[in-house]
Amino acid sequence: MLNARDILETITMIQDENLDVRTITMGISLLDCCHSDSDVMCQKVYDKITKCAKNLVVTGEQIEKEFGIPIINKRISITPAAMILASTDDKDAVKLAKTLDRAAKECGVNFLGGFSALVHKGFGPGDKELIAAIPRALSETDFLCSSVNIGSTKTGINMDAVGMMGKVVRETAELTADRGCIGPAKLVVFCNAPEDNPFMAGAFHGAGEPDRVINVGVSGPGVVRAALAKAGDDIDLTEIADLIKKTAFKITRMGQLVASEASKRLDVPFGIVDLSLAPTPAVGDSVAYILEEMGLESCGCHGTTAALALLNDAVKKGGVMASSHVGGLSGAFIPVTEDAGMIAAAKCGSLSITKLEAMTAVCSVGLDMINIPGDTPADVISAIIADEAAIGMVNSKTTAVRVIPAIGKDVGDELSFGGLLGSGPVMPVSKYSPSKFIARGGRIPAPMQSLKN
Amino acid sequence: MRAVITVVGKDMVGILAKISNECAAHNINVLEVTQSILQDMFAMIMMVEISSSDIPFTQFADTLEKTGDEMNLSIHVMHEDIFNAMHTI
Repeated sequence: MLNARDILETITMIQDENLDVRTITMGISLLDCCHSDSDVMCQKVYDKITKCAKNLVVTGEQIEKEFGIPIINKRISITPAAMILASTDDKDAVKLAKTLDRAAKECGVNFLGGFSALVHKGFGPGDKELIAAIPRALSETDFLCSSVNIGSTKTGINMDAVGMMGKVVRETAELTADRGCIGPAKLVVFCNAPEDNPFMAGAFHGAGEPDRVINVGVSGPGVVRAALAKAGDDIDLTEIADLIKKTAFKITRMGQLVASEASKRLDVPFGIVDLSLAPTPAVGDSVAYILEEMGLESCGCHGTTAALALLNDAVKKGGVMASSHVGGLSGAFIPVTEDAGMIAAAKCGSLSITKLEAMTAVCSVGLDMINIPGDTPADVISAIIADEAAIGMVNSKTTAVRVIPAIGKDVGDELSFGGLLGSGPVMPVSKYSPSKFIARGGRIPAPMQSLKN
Repeated sequence: MRAVITVVGKDMVGILAKISNECAAHNINVLEVTQSILQDMFAMIMMVEISSSDIPFTQFADTLEKTGDEMNLSIHVMHEDIFNAMHTI
């Protein structure tokens, strides 16, 4: 039986602590849209997406209203576009990108992810064409998101692709310089990319997924921070971990409910709930504030990696029992420009890229939404990607890089994207050159951890 | 199907009457009411049966939220499953 305290707790979480479901993402397989004529393929792609996701937004809004829980984004993820591009004769990736953007607009979704290529071991047909087209595709569309998987624990790191991606990130920033360099904010370079991730910009619908699927990403850093604040300074870290687990359980149960309702109403199989603490620039909805609530003066000081490790583990332990299928990225996100506490820490100098890199070894994703100086050379970006991929490869976890070269700006300047993408200061990168290392190309062999059979 | 109506705001004459009238007008049965007044703040939680309601649930929620705005009260109508999911295993 429900009691008044539980009811009021739920309402406080939603009203005051920014609890929400971050996204309902419908994964759609486009493997049956392959055709040698790119016009025919694009038409099939458009028809399939708009047919499958016709009711996604309206159903999301209905659930939002009935259960009183905000569902911030409704999104679509598709089969990595390079796979279907491979079937065409002309390999016109920009045409496909524009078709996908049109389909996203027709469905009314916030983003469509999957303008992607999986090249962790090498380049298949269509992969190089797609990667080369990313800068134009992202500068000429509004809702399209792109990702490239350049490494995995099983295969090692494709350093030729890493070299290419440094250039692609830079070029994408240059082409969107007149719009606050928004392009690279929609581009993620992955190692060990999950095939069922509902979060952007890295969502795509993997080849092993069913025809259609519903994945849900929860949020709730504000709720965790509020729970810790209420508990006060006298509890030890074991008790903090327990408190985070209990809170994560409640957050995830709500995500599971929304996921099963959406799945039932849309008649699309339920895939996974992604147990992520995804911050927003809203005051209070910050992962950095959780770490500071644990007792750090400012996020980024010594102790941050340990605090984040505790948080990330407790979120998973609490969430895993609350959902029948867990997947995606599942962990705490640390996107700098999307997190009020991270922005403040970067501004005051307590948070550096080197510390963020260490933090990515113990939490979900990687170097995310970081503004770097506009004159950062492409091979430095490639080297940042290589470092991050190495952490993912060796630790058998997903890591990613989403850095934004702030064209025309330097350390100390600000770059603003607006909305959930937020804003943040330009952070310094090392001035020393990794050029020769990146220019060597080839593959970094898979580590011993890959030999599990 | 049951829903939970919560009302929070400054106490005044006729809050309970107004909300229960809205329910009755749409054939919604009130199952349980808890209310408390702390100093002059009014807080009420009402469990209602909405299966035989004559309007769709979302429309009823909109109506009550509008009533809330008019009376300067914060009113939420939510499906009971959200609370069950979150607070029971």
